[in-house]
Amino acid sequence: MQLISGIPLIYYIYLSAAMFSIGALGVMIRRNAIIMFMCIELMLNAVNLLMVAFSSYMGDNSAQVFVFFIMAVAAAEVAVGLAILIMIYRNANTSDTEVLNQLKF
Amino acid sequence: MSITQYIFWFLSFLALMSALMVVFSRNPVYSVLFLIVTFFAIAGHYILLSAQFLAAVHIIVYAGAIMVLFLYVIMMLNLNQDAEPKKKTYVRVIAVVAIGLMLITLVGALKGATVNTPELTRTAGVGTVETLGKVLFNQFLLPFEVSSILFLSAMVGAVYLSKKNLQ
Repeated sequence: MQLISGIPLIYYIYLSAAMFSIGALGVMIRRNAIIMFMCIELMLNAVNLLMVAFSSYMGDNSAQVFVFFIMAVAAAEVAVGLAILIMIYRNANTSDTEVLNQLKF
Repeated sequence: MSITQYIFWFLSFLALMSALMVVFSRNPVYSVLFLIVTFFAIAGHYILLSAQFLAAVHIIVYAGAIMVLFLYVIMMLNLNQDAEPKKKTYVRVIAVVAIGLMLITLVGALKGATVNTPELTRTAGVGTVETLGKVLFNQFLLPFEVSSILFLSAMVGAVYLSKKNLQ
């Protein structure tokens, strides 16, 4: 198996750092709550990619199982988060985070 | 450059460009579609790292389930027009500067580091379905079962939250 020969591990770290930064940037500059959710997914995926890269280079299976669990938690988080978003939209009629500045409607 | 490196650069470029498009496209539907492209690029990276099981799970869970959920919610909320107001300019400038500094810090911290990459021993089949299944059902059996409780509670919570009148 010479699949990943020729790509240093550091490239994957840089790639993950860049992708994480893009996700954090999106959370900061967008106002739409759904887009912010997507950017959180982007950050989670950057971390997952880093973990898989390390796991693959070190020859350790446990990290990939952790990534599996992160995916499971991300799926649950998205389901609950979008349900909350729908409820907020039904009450406040917007998903703009600058308008949603109250804890109670 | 070998074919693997070409694939790596192509997938990295694709992932980063579509991630930027997720952040900067005005229409939320386009954001979701670019996010799907990003996820497929990451799945390609997983295959490149010979983590076949995770690549398959990634495509099924993210591109198959989560993105459908996002699209469905965007459809329900009728967000497909470009009506979203922008944040104030100074907030955007501060955000870009802060993230740029964070990126510089991360890259700078790695500058002097020597990543100790061991010789690619490739202990038989890291990341295949067989070995991961063995690890998952021996070493991580309890977390696996606990995650099913997490899913159950998430499902109940989502159904309860989206009821018409909560009182």
